[in-house]
Amino acid sequence: MSASVSRTTYREALRGALREALTADPRVFLMGEDIGRYGGCYAVTKSLLAEFGEERIRDTPLSESAFVGAGIGAALGGMRPIVEIMTVNFSLLALDQILNNAATLCHMSAGQCPVPLVIRMATGAGRQLAAQHSHSLEGWYAHIPGLRIVAPATIDDARGMLRAALLCPDPVLMFEHIGLFNMEGDLTEAAGVADIERAAIRRTGRDITVLTYGASLYRCLEAATELSAAGIELEVVDLRTLRPLDDATIIKSVRRTRRALMVDEGWKSGGLSAELGMRVVEQAFFDLDAPVMRVCTAEVPIPYPKHLEDAALPSVGRIVAAAHAMVAHEP
Amino acid sequence: MEPVVAHDIGRGHALHLLAQMLRIRQFEDRCARLYTEQKIRGFLHLYNGEEAVAVGVMQALGVADSVVATYREHGHALARGVPMNALMAEMYGRRTGSSGGRGGSMHVFDVSRHFYGGNAIVGGGLPIAAGLALAQRLRGLDGVAACFFGEGAVAEGEFHETLNLAALWHLPVLFICENNLYAMGTALARSEAITDIRAKAAAYGQPAVAVDGMDVIAVEAAAQRAVKAMRGGGGSHFLECRTYRFRAHSMFDAQLYRDKAEVEEWRKRGPLITFTTRCKAQGLIAEEDFLRLERQADAEVDAAVMFAEGSDWEPVADLERYVYAEPRA
Repeated sequence: MSASVSRTTYREALRGALREALTADPRVFLMGEDIGRYGGCYAVTKSLLAEFGEERIRDTPLSESAFVGAGIGAALGGMRPIVEIMTVNFSLLALDQILNNAATLCHMSAGQCPVPLVIRMATGAGRQLAAQHSHSLEGWYAHIPGLRIVAPATIDDARGMLRAALLCPDPVLMFEHIGLFNMEGDLTEAAGVADIERAAIRRTGRDITVLTYGASLYRCLEAATELSAAGIELEVVDLRTLRPLDDATIIKSVRRTRRALMVDEGWKSGGLSAELGMRVVEQAFFDLDAPVMRVCTAEVPIPYPKHLEDAALPSVGRIVAAAHAMVAHEP
Repeated sequence: MEPVVAHDIGRGHALHLLAQMLRIRQFEDRCARLYTEQKIRGFLHLYNGEEAVAVGVMQALGVADSVVATYREHGHALARGVPMNALMAEMYGRRTGSSGGRGGSMHVFDVSRHFYGGNAIVGGGLPIAAGLALAQRLRGLDGVAACFFGEGAVAEGEFHETLNLAALWHLPVLFICENNLYAMGTALARSEAITDIRAKAAAYGQPAVAVDGMDVIAVEAAAQRAVKAMRGGGGSHFLECRTYRFRAHSMFDAQLYRDKAEVEEWRKRGPLITFTTRCKAQGLIAEEDFLRLERQADAEVDAAVMFAEGSDWEPVADLERYVYAEPRA
């Protein structure tokens, strides 16, 4: 029996989940910069103002700290706010609220103040937006206890993870890669709420486990196709949730392939791939046939010209090269 | 400043206000001693001299209203009704504390009384208060959020962002600036080009008044007016309470930034002494009343110390509890 599917985009899947939440739960409301009249910087919230009105689709001033903090307060006050920060780059202006309040209040108050807040933001590079508009800081946020960090890479996850985030009593930061909004594909109508504590194996393979998430998933899958022709089979794990990390799925896969390659758009030093590599080493060191490897963004602010931006970001070519180097390594 | 309203209060209310201010004063004087005995650790910021602000404002709030305060919040917690036992146990870091002992002096939470901290980042509480007020409006309720902060917060971006947002959205937030003239050791005039805080708040488009923060009746009257307006559908209000901190900023502060003479001058205007003197002159209370209330406060503090010292520590096994919310039992 094939599941019922409909053709849509990542953007529309997100919008559908927002519409569904606004319809089903009177506690849900949206706020953020240009989400109403403008329709959303990436058009995710387009048309929602007309459907739900200004009380529930709230355009905010350019005051990231105030409206993220107001989201926290509204969550404490019994609402289910969904805050859109235009991009992760601007989230830095709300870092005090995210780290000192959203992530902290529940523990510091001994459970009295859970913060059921969803913060969505666009992330990533690849559009020649230069250094201040091209950050990938989700790995950085994944450092923080008290937050849940999700990065849907697929259309089903765009809807399902947003649904899950709204059911979660904790602050959930949802990172939507700017390269994914226009992605077309099938939405599994009956998919339901996603599990936001589990990674997903998007392609099985015997030789190397590739740990990745977000838009990098598609570069890894492309590399896997190319490598398959050369007889190297990648197992591509979509982490989906960056905090908490699904160690069980990760380690089980690495034990099977005996090699682990991390691919992410963050900077290498102190980044998410560093954390993943360390977990592999801690938990599967004696199962490894080769040193772990990382393909990350060059340690530079992302430059504007396309050739330099491309050179800075993880590419299919770099993933393929890393895979070759790993299998060439004598166990 | 607003002219002091000749405001008739009866003997009962006079005793109540005095009792609340005395509880705070005696509680904190004991805390200072306990700190030197190393029973209370971490940072300890005392409210000594500013009691009229918390006590005055709390009179205007109902049980459904929310309170957001700063790291100098013992007075607000007590005036809001957080039991002194739980507050003292929090100072000791015991599990019977209002935050289970996890927050200490700077992070008192009591959700049953809508007391949301205890925020130790200057300016960090303002957006949260706006959100609490927004939730009230979106839920069709008439609760207000009272948000206390010092004049140091006026230099923070969150102050300006939140005043604008609250005024723009017509949110029922009562902003209470406790202007004690020093942000830690930095005098207001050394950090602000315009030192008229009331004027800054008014510029965002909301009613803003300055009152004598040493006068509990003036504070109470101003807060009552603001809360009444907000319950009737009004938006945010701003109250600048001009006050003074008699003790050091924290227990590590040698107070090199202000003259002893200045402190002594302000002490003459202390909220307890002026209120007591006035009430006596009006025949509302007698010296015996003052002494009795002081004894009662001391006895409550003694009991709170006993309670705290007799309380357990949270087991280390629970260290990671509540990083994420637990399902309600």
